[in-house]
Amino acid sequence: MKAYDIVIVGGGPAGLAAAVAAKRAGNDSILILERDHELGGILNQCIHNGFGLHTFKEELTGPEYASRYIEQVIELGIDYKLNTMVMDISQDKVVTAMNREDGMFTIPAKAVILAMGCRERPRGALNIPGYRPAGIYSAGTAQRLVNIEGYMPGKEVVILGSGDIGLIMARRMTFEGANVKCVAELLPFSGGLKRNIVQCLDDYGIPLLLSHTVVDIEGRERVEAVTIAEVDENLKPIPGTEKRYTCDTLMLSTGLIPENELSRSAGVEMSPITSGPLVNESFETSIPGVFACGNVLHVHDLVDYVSEEADKAGEHAAAYVAADGALAEGGEEVKVVAEGGARYTVPTTVNVERLGDSLTIRFRVSGVFTGSYVNVYLDDERISHKKKRIMAPGEMEQVVIPKSKLAEHADLKTITVKVESE
Amino acid sequence: MEKRELTCIGCPMGCLVTVEIDDNGEVVGVTGNTCKIGDTYGREEVTNPTRIVTSTVIIEGAEKTRLPVKTASSIPKSAIFDVMDVINHAHATAPVKIGDVVIADVCGTGVDVVATRAI
Repeated sequence: MKAYDIVIVGGGPAGLAAAVAAKRAGNDSILILERDHELGGILNQCIHNGFGLHTFKEELTGPEYASRYIEQVIELGIDYKLNTMVMDISQDKVVTAMNREDGMFTIPAKAVILAMGCRERPRGALNIPGYRPAGIYSAGTAQRLVNIEGYMPGKEVVILGSGDIGLIMARRMTFEGANVKCVAELLPFSGGLKRNIVQCLDDYGIPLLLSHTVVDIEGRERVEAVTIAEVDENLKPIPGTEKRYTCDTLMLSTGLIPENELSRSAGVEMSPITSGPLVNESFETSIPGVFACGNVLHVHDLVDYVSEEADKAGEHAAAYVAADGALAEGGEEVKVVAEGGARYTVPTTVNVERLGDSLTIRFRVSGVFTGSYVNVYLDDERISHKKKRIMAPGEMEQVVIPKSKLAEHADLKTITVKVESE
Repeated sequence: MEKRELTCIGCPMGCLVTVEIDDNGEVVGVTGNTCKIGDTYGREEVTNPTRIVTSTVIIEGAEKTRLPVKTASSIPKSAIFDVMDVINHAHATAPVKIGDVVIADVCGTGVDVVATRAI
């Protein structure tokens, strides 16, 4: 098989944006490998609006947002292979893949961009007691059935987990005539965006039961009912609070897991918190020339941020190839650390020399914080002190530091992002 | 005099906004908001709440079976389920481009239902 400069694993929003950016940065040898039969990834089934407010300054649906990038990929003449599964990425960046036309094949690459996205947490990972009847779906599977295949998964629905896909599906099922009885959330706060709770649940009178979980599923062939109980501060069900809901469908929206089997087997260093690769300011992983972006790196709530990060990953991959891998040299590596209520940061290391005008650090918080501050420290010096009225785990946060600030701090070792009460 | 309690969707703060409406349906006061956005949201939400509706229609002459569609602009919230009923009875025929009108002036709202994907 022909060699390519840049091989991109995944043709969803991250892979598409990375490809377009790499091409615009001057690279003409780019290949996207996509396992589905079309480009666009999960956006194709996200038919609701609300995408693109940052990127295009207008409100688009998922398919519309995807098509803007797919059109660019086609116009720019970027190569892609559909129905193609990547099996392995080696340390020296040889990509092994297979499809029905070419069989198993290898592609030597100078740079690889990981853009595989994420997967839904399945029932098996939740330890819900009860039978295993038909009628239990992850919210994304149900979304595909309704929006792409045109099937209704059920008529009486209970949703466990308040992630954004579950909230969106609560409204979608209501539109299609289903009775959505409630959304139960184990934690005392929702994992979804506030605006989705209002627009998808409150608008249709669907109750959101915080600190509640499913403790039993009834039905041998098909779901017949579920029992929901309140949980205590240790997330243990409280006896006596059980309530039975008859239903034919249980949807799970209990979290997304970056899909990093390929990254792990390639030997990329991973973050135990995001389950994604550790990257530097250029979105480069611990293997020089292997970059990561999108939900495979950390799970996003806005596709706009995915596109923005993928854009940088694509640009840096093109620069890496143009410089023959010389990017890895020169400049000091500065650590980026999350402390206080900040759970993690992307990136985790920075080479100030390689930055553009500024450094964007994205992070999530560990709980709901009201009236707290996001503080940024360069070693011991606090350079930024911003009050946030509210921060919640469901909404990704960011700080932007001008490169000049970093450059003027002599002998910088550590950048710390801290969520503090003052 | 009527009081309506809303959660503002203008930002992640999610202020609990109380809107006071007089007997003529006029907004006389918005409280509980911590900024201007909440005031605007509260007024619009009680006088003329609108939403964009997205769904799918059956498509013929293509490998795919469903065409995603949306209302080209916001429609009154009260019309959502009437619009859904019309959408559920509509058919489209391939080829379709993004923005093609699938249903013109849906339910007399003056708003078209348009395709959001090329098939």
